[in-house]
Amino acid sequence: MTEMDADSLRQALFAALRPIAPEATPEEVRGDLPLRDQIDLDSMDFLHFVLALHERLGIDIPESDYPHLTTIEAIVAYLQQRQRGTVPPPAA
Amino acid sequence: MIEFKLPSLGADMEKGTLLEWRVRPGEAVTKGQVVGVVDTTKAAVDVESWQEGIVHELLVEPGATVAVGTTLAVLREPGDTPEQLASARARIAAAAAAAAAPAVAATTERRVSPAARKRAQELGVDIDAVQGAGPQGAVTIADVERGAAAKTPAPADRARALRQTIAMAMARSKREIPHYYLAEEINLASALDWLRRENERRPVTERLLVACLYLKAVALAARKHPAVNGFFLDGQFRPSAAVHLGVAISLRGGGLIAPAIHDVDRLSLAGLMRGMSDLVTRARAGSLRSSEMSDPTLTVTNLGEQSVDSVFGVIYPPQVALVGFGQVRDRPIVVQGEVRPAPTVTASLSADHRASDGHDGALFLATVRELLQHPESL
Amino acid sequence: MSAGATISYREALRQALREAMQRDPRVFLMGEDVGRYGGTYAVSKGLLEEFGPDRVRDTPLSELAFVGAGIGAALGGMRPIVEIMTVNFSLLALDQIINNAATLRHMSGGQFSVPLVIRMATGAGRQLAAQHSHSLEGWYAHIPGLRILAPATIDDARGMLAPALADPDPVLIFEHVQLYNTEGALSDAWQATDIRRARVHRAGRDVSLVTYGGSLGKALLAAERLAGEGIEAEVIDLRVLRPLDAETVFESVRRTHRAVIIDEGWRSGSLSAEVSARIAESIFYSLDAPVLRVCSEEVPVPYPKHLEDAVLPQVPDIVAAVKEIVSGHD
Repeated sequence: MTEMDADSLRQALFAALRPIAPEATPEEVRGDLPLRDQIDLDSMDFLHFVLALHERLGIDIPESDYPHLTTIEAIVAYLQQRQRGTVPPPAA
Repeated sequence: MIEFKLPSLGADMEKGTLLEWRVRPGEAVTKGQVVGVVDTTKAAVDVESWQEGIVHELLVEPGATVAVGTTLAVLREPGDTPEQLASARARIAAAAAAAAAPAVAATTERRVSPAARKRAQELGVDIDAVQGAGPQGAVTIADVERGAAAKTPAPADRARALRQTIAMAMARSKREIPHYYLAEEINLASALDWLRRENERRPVTERLLVACLYLKAVALAARKHPAVNGFFLDGQFRPSAAVHLGVAISLRGGGLIAPAIHDVDRLSLAGLMRGMSDLVTRARAGSLRSSEMSDPTLTVTNLGEQSVDSVFGVIYPPQVALVGFGQVRDRPIVVQGEVRPAPTVTASLSADHRASDGHDGALFLATVRELLQHPESL
Repeated sequence: MSAGATISYREALRQALREAMQRDPRVFLMGEDVGRYGGTYAVSKGLLEEFGPDRVRDTPLSELAFVGAGIGAALGGMRPIVEIMTVNFSLLALDQIINNAATLRHMSGGQFSVPLVIRMATGAGRQLAAQHSHSLEGWYAHIPGLRILAPATIDDARGMLAPALADPDPVLIFEHVQLYNTEGALSDAWQATDIRRARVHRAGRDVSLVTYGGSLGKALLAAERLAGEGIEAEVIDLRVLRPLDAETVFESVRRTHRAVIIDEGWRSGSLSAEVSARIAESIFYSLDAPVLRVCSEEVPVPYPKHLEDAVLPQVPDIVAAVKEIVSGHD
């Protein structure tokens, strides 16, 4: 799979989110604020989101990396690093 | 010959609207096959057939609203003669006509004066939500203006109908059911440890949520303490041998529904997780099955995601109990005389005192607690 | 003739007749017993002596003939006032009234007009039995080409005749038999009597009582009684049964949102049916309750007093009808 740039990743991310939280559009959700502060996602929704990213991008996100998945921009950055094979440092 | 009737998709359901047929005359129907979609006030539900046969005739047109128990279709079985089918058809038609006659009288026509209708439009008041206090119960201008003063909102039909359904069920519950409430703080350290290790080795598609452990523990405890599992009907408690757990799912548009996962006590955690995931997805997409809507024997609600510590819920009649889970977080606990932090959750039980006593409830919660200490055996 | 004096309805009618004949030499009165007997209801008493037999003429007992003669006189430039003893006998003159008086302007392409006034008594309540107790003004109100008046007050008894005579087309005036002996003060308003408009007799916010003629008094009594129970009824006197002043009714019902129509005529095909239909057609969305009617029972009016009373609209019937559509009232 060829590497995707940040914009494509952002698009894929919103596409993954759409069936779970239709209200979460790029216009409504700020990229620099925690996602779960802005939209009502419970743990099942979040798991479905992670599953959808897995299906779209082929990236398997371990539970221990969940702390990286805070804001849209943080998720994009994390996914870019995963694509390059550089594992980000574990979150605090 | 089989009469396929509109099943009750919940204790509070009196009628449903057929949205579409999923079968055609002449088509063979297998057990468990979805034959149509019915709109209750809660959701669009896929209605399954539990018998096999060939669709002989569809008796109800999509769009029609009929009472629970109305024959929707006739299925043909091997050996049915045309005469038998014809006479059955006549009998069903007669029954429908007989049912329709008193129904007209019973469901009294709603009287709304023309001026009240107009006023409601001007004030943006939902006329269907206004109680009539005029002559013969008619809704008059005065009623509408009272309704407007009470700032009656006019939400979308679905949300309003769902709200009304919840309102009726909950009001009935609090009116009829003598609730008692128990709570127990449960140490989840070993359960979460186990879960983390499990999920590390599982592919993302088979990952488990802690809610899975809750459901399985509740189901096993309910099997052991049947006084919280079953229905209170016609003045007596009827325990259920099967454990069908209702899972309270909040809908994004507001409101909640609690469809069932069947035989949770006999499901593996992976199977339970798949069932839960599928149920949440379908509940939110509005495509539930009739069997899921109709028969939860005990409901579980998890409000921990919203960071409340504990929940003392209202029992969904005719069930006799509701189990709630609050937020998981580190709290100080005392182990062998020492205060230590540990992840804990408050499990609570709302139970019907007609069906069980506090002692039964306490034993049930204690069992849930013990089961959650040994997640590997769940 | 001056305002303020207390006079009877009968006296008010007589004053109007006298004034009309004094003012216009073309005006004359004819009918059965209007001269030497002074009128069956004594309305024209003294007028023969005052105006002479040319202008106060007793006629043979043939309604067909003397109404026809009245039409002819009107066509010939006179201003006849024809008294028919009661509406019951006007049926004998129906052909003249409906086929001639009402149609000639239209059939002559406007070349002829029939400036005729026909007065007659109407209504029940005096134990005169079925053949002498009809309220058929609603029938006449069905006919285009006629103007139908129903004076219910002293003012209208006094004031309606002059504008009726001034009308170039035939005007029928229905005087309810129960009103002749009623008395009241004549107000200044009679001199400007408008025979195109209904009149609001009593203002109220909760319900509109729509009535005319002999039923006006009952409606006012009912309104009084309802006021004691906190229900404010507006009372409208239609006065002009054709052409109907529906706008005055609409204006009232738009405010009260409820209407009860009181009509001594029978319900089926009645004036009350017409008023009810107009309300439903034009201001349906103002209604907060069904329009109700209080009418006579659909039987020939009986002779015995208790049965006659039972058949006619009465005050308790009106009160009951109002309460039926004004409930939850605080």
